[in-house]
Amino acid sequence: MIKPTEGSRLRFRRKLIDRTIDLVLVSFSMLMILPLLFLVSNAFKSPSEMLNWPPTIIPTDPTLANFKAVLGETPLLHWIGNSLLFACLSTTCIVSTSALAGYVLGKFRFRSMNIIFFLFLATAVVPFEVYMIPLYFQAQALGVLNSVWGLLLGYMVMSFGIFLIRQNVIHSIPDELLEAARIDGAGEFWIFWRIVLPLLRGALGALAVLAFFQAWTSFAWPMIITTTRETYTIEVGLALFQTGFTVDLGRLSAASAAVLIPSITLFVLLRRNFVQGVASTGLKE
Amino acid sequence: MLQRKRWIFAMIAILPTLVIFACVRLYPIADTLRLSLHKWDILSKKKPFIGLANFSELLGDHLFQDALINTTIIAFGVLIITIPTALVVAALIFHRTRSRFASFYETSIFIPYVVSLVPAAMAWKWIFDARLGPLNFLLSNLGIAPQSWLFDPVLSVICVIILCSWQALGYAVLIYLVGFKSLPVSLFEAIKLDGASGPQSFWYLSIPMLKPITLYVSVVTLVSGFNVYAQAFVLASDSQGAPGRLVRVLVLDMLENSFRNYRVGYAASEAVVLLVIVLILTLIQFSLLREKGRP
Repeated sequence: MIKPTEGSRLRFRRKLIDRTIDLVLVSFSMLMILPLLFLVSNAFKSPSEMLNWPPTIIPTDPTLANFKAVLGETPLLHWIGNSLLFACLSTTCIVSTSALAGYVLGKFRFRSMNIIFFLFLATAVVPFEVYMIPLYFQAQALGVLNSVWGLLLGYMVMSFGIFLIRQNVIHSIPDELLEAARIDGAGEFWIFWRIVLPLLRGALGALAVLAFFQAWTSFAWPMIITTTRETYTIEVGLALFQTGFTVDLGRLSAASAAVLIPSITLFVLLRRNFVQGVASTGLKE
Repeated sequence: MLQRKRWIFAMIAILPTLVIFACVRLYPIADTLRLSLHKWDILSKKKPFIGLANFSELLGDHLFQDALINTTIIAFGVLIITIPTALVVAALIFHRTRSRFASFYETSIFIPYVVSLVPAAMAWKWIFDARLGPLNFLLSNLGIAPQSWLFDPVLSVICVIILCSWQALGYAVLIYLVGFKSLPVSLFEAIKLDGASGPQSFWYLSIPMLKPITLYVSVVTLVSGFNVYAQAFVLASDSQGAPGRLVRVLVLDMLENSFRNYRVGYAASEAVVLLVIVLILTLIQFSLLREKGRP
């Protein structure tokens, strides 16, 4: 038997450990976002304040001069627009191809479908960087270099998206439901549109968020496809802007903050979807 | 008859995806393999078949060797930092699932993984900056001489590793959290009744049971480490606008050979080397998993 005093001491000890863990985690989490916090705060600092030590998190004399300078020097908003358009088109493409292919591969067990599934599976491990040079020459042959269509060419399908939807179809859509609809005389397209798609809403949402962020943060492909200043995506624009040697850190921070703040906000809003999508990449059949 | 109708629907429905897939994935992959065996300089019309000559040239190419070594160091460096940290952090977060800060932990550790790389790298560029950066200030306060982090061949590789680990950590923690949630609670209760402390059950129960997840996350981390490009490009570009010369990585070397030196066949052979590395890593993962599955 544990004596009451001993019990309360144990409870106290447990509480102490939990508080310590909380403290460790809070400091670690803060450390993880500290670089980004500093970046945002640097964006509002005057050049002289940038030199202060220790660096301040909240600028003593916030200024918008950096933002004005960046907007004057670069087509920043235009680049953001390019990225947005590219990311939306890519998301639309990936979600529709994955929904169709995932459904068919999940529910139609013909031998030809198995061969197609094997094809998707076998090439899924090949990194994009391996085949992007030949793909570049295809884009050149199609005459879509320096355009959003060229960007899209690299981001139209996503193997993982197809697997994700296929898994969801297998686990969450019962065969009986589809059979019942068929007996009632429903056509295959009607079934897909009216029964399957609504049931996949959650998975498709998660996939859409993943696809959007994938395109939004892509770097190597936009880097080789776009060569004119007007067609850069925001990532490429920023990366090349920072190599100019007249550029100071305040302006770079302002440009970066202008990109980061909206995407972090979007992420925090869509966190559940995002986490669900990413987490399912780790799940095996 | 009905089967036939269903088959037709399946074919029609999968056709668009299949066609796109063949054009933007299968064909370029095949083309990479084909080009790697040919000598093709963009300017010339001819593409003579030269067998494995590109690969034997790679063996003696110092720039390629630099790139391969740097990339390998970066990939394994990120692995060594990320996996243990992620495992411990995920264990602590899992332990405090009911804490009111739980979602704050998850969000702030995950944010570096989702934010666009270039702006995030800009923050690190400032931290590492030789004149203005807080890192050197901090070091000089501790009595260590300031370093020119981004201009030193060794230090800049370390900087790339730090940046990549900072990003990769969020993903690893997330996958580990999924793993922790799937562990059987009863086992942990049993070992607790036997008097095991938290760290003991972590060491003797969680780590062995999470082995498949560790394997998976390790391979994913390594593969993305071998594909590193943007991080090196942004971080190690100097102020004269010569991006990424300092930290030469595989993808950078490949793109340079293709678009600056116009040696597409040669670049394709580098891509094939990258592919082989990735395939080997994946095979290792599968064979280890299968071994584990056997009693």
